[in-house]
Amino acid sequence: MSSKNKILTALKANQPDLLPLPALEVPLAEPVSAEAIEEKFKTTVVTIGGRIFEVNNFDQIREVIVQQFIPPARIVSSFPELNDIAETDIADVNPHLLENIELAVLKAQLGVAENGSLWVPEANMIQRVVPFICQHLALVVNRKDLIANMHEAYEILGNSNTGFGAFIAGPSKTADIEQSLVLGAHGPRSLTVFIYG
Amino acid sequence: MRDHAALSEEFNKDEARVDWHDETLWFIRQKRDRAVHSIPEWEWLRETGSQIKNNVLSNLSAYLEQFEANALRNGVQVHWAADAKEHNEIVLSIMKRHQADRMVKSKSMLTEECHLNDFLAKNGIEVIDSDLGERIVQLAEEPPSHIVLPCIHKKKEEIGDLFHEHLGTAAGEADPQVLTEAARQHLRDTFLTRKVALTGVNFAVAETGEFVVCTNEGNADMGAHLSDVHIACMGIEKIIPERKHLSVFLRLLTRSATGQPITTYSSHFMKPREGQEMHIVLVDNGRSRQLGRADFRNSLKCIRCGSCMNTCPVYRRSGGHSYHTTIAGPIGAILAPNLDMKDHADLPFASTLCGSCSNVCPVKIDIHDQLYKWRQVLVKEGHVNSAKAAGMKAMAYTFANPSVFEVAGKSGRWFMKNFPALVSNKFNPWYKEREMPEPPKESFREWYSKNRKKA
Repeated sequence: MSSKNKILTALKANQPDLLPLPALEVPLAEPVSAEAIEEKFKTTVVTIGGRIFEVNNFDQIREVIVQQFIPPARIVSSFPELNDIAETDIADVNPHLLENIELAVLKAQLGVAENGSLWVPEANMIQRVVPFICQHLALVVNRKDLIANMHEAYEILGNSNTGFGAFIAGPSKTADIEQSLVLGAHGPRSLTVFIYG
Repeated sequence: MRDHAALSEEFNKDEARVDWHDETLWFIRQKRDRAVHSIPEWEWLRETGSQIKNNVLSNLSAYLEQFEANALRNGVQVHWAADAKEHNEIVLSIMKRHQADRMVKSKSMLTEECHLNDFLAKNGIEVIDSDLGERIVQLAEEPPSHIVLPCIHKKKEEIGDLFHEHLGTAAGEADPQVLTEAARQHLRDTFLTRKVALTGVNFAVAETGEFVVCTNEGNADMGAHLSDVHIACMGIEKIIPERKHLSVFLRLLTRSATGQPITTYSSHFMKPREGQEMHIVLVDNGRSRQLGRADFRNSLKCIRCGSCMNTCPVYRRSGGHSYHTTIAGPIGAILAPNLDMKDHADLPFASTLCGSCSNVCPVKIDIHDQLYKWRQVLVKEGHVNSAKAAGMKAMAYTFANPSVFEVAGKSGRWFMKNFPALVSNKFNPWYKEREMPEPPKESFREWYSKNRKKA
């Protein structure tokens, strides 16, 4: 008998009678206003080590970037609007050649207030490794895409198969040495969030 | 092999270190409390998480088949391993097929359970653990002492010495910032040069065939996205039915583990990257057997947050290595006897049964009840030492016979009063770290019969 059959046979013999799946009806006290969600999102992002900039157009994003990251630092972006300061055509590059990216500016699909995380699907990453290998990461999220919690996030994501995707919350970090928090473990040393619109 | 009591005694020799270990873990427990108390619907989340897991365990075979079908459709190769040996051989065969002799691996307690690193080393394959804590214990040639915080037992000066020896940092350098930066540079090179990356799995979704890996460091992603081959290894109990259920578990996991609202990265792997090969290894290794033990099957609901360890008064003061098994602490003590009852017969006794573990468990596993039940199984099966078994029998007999109980109490009080050295010596384990109490002049029974007569 194959291991698969062996395992499945043992499971069928040993698993208890079917128990029902619970409904996911979140007992939230009252509806939360968009303002409150945005406020919570901003506070949480800062608490977990991120920075927030509110912008209305790409000129303002460009301004912040130029202030913080002086060229010739290598900048990549998923936004064609930024092609004057960033490489936007690296989709076919060997991922190992992305090692020296200083800053990546990518579009986030959602921002979650309860934990400060932002959903970035593969299509917005240029390449999967980009949001992890860059020294600094900036994510741009539309103000209207800020939501309260993870239940809402998965409701919006549905069962879309994006190949890969990640919730990203703050800069890469570790506290493995005596519980001392250090930002910049293996991934980005900083996370900048642009709230757009 | 030394048991939990002997290994704890070793750990307890350095009192200052025990205090430090105890306080560090309690600090994490407090962070967990703050995070949890900020979520009004926390108890609803726990109950829902628990019920989803109950459903999973009652339908695991069907969910696994559904998961496999969807993963295959996504272009992922799926392997089934009945035990640790088969798991290790599957991983080795993938390495061989790609003529790879080096691997970068992010945190996976399953591969620790299977002793994959040793097996691969014997077969000429070098494994580098990329989680900082795991890299540290790997350099120290020790197993992790905690499932979430692998080197929580180590002082920064000791880590500084290890890094000085292996990574060339300055002698005496013990600043966590500097040491982390050294590891970052060292491991960046590793990520860029390894063809094969292995990761663990936090959750696997039957409905979509995807799996989710949670890290703070980004090490799983750095390994996986730079590799030609990604191998993800998971115990079969990691399955959840639908993607929307991730919302419940991602809300519970990190708040329980470290008090953060979520890990920095919650990465959802659905399909391999273009040109990449992706494998999933589904491992049983005793889990189907545990599922058949009605009293203990709930242990399979565990999502490996480690909160039961952080809160446990015994774990905090005995250290993870005293459990001599991959998963330490209360949850480890109910999982380990399933793998080998004889070798782990001491672990269910390494508890005060205070119940704090069950109170913090995000999926409501009745951990302390199971510890109590394992004790009974182990005694029945003859896996406790004869002195303990005889002592228990004598005590049961005494408690069941009032006249014997009275004589035993009386003589005990008389001996303690007249010959205190008989009990206050190093052969009496109760006397360790404690003074014996002053013997009372009379028992309650004597007092009661005297006073009742008066009335």
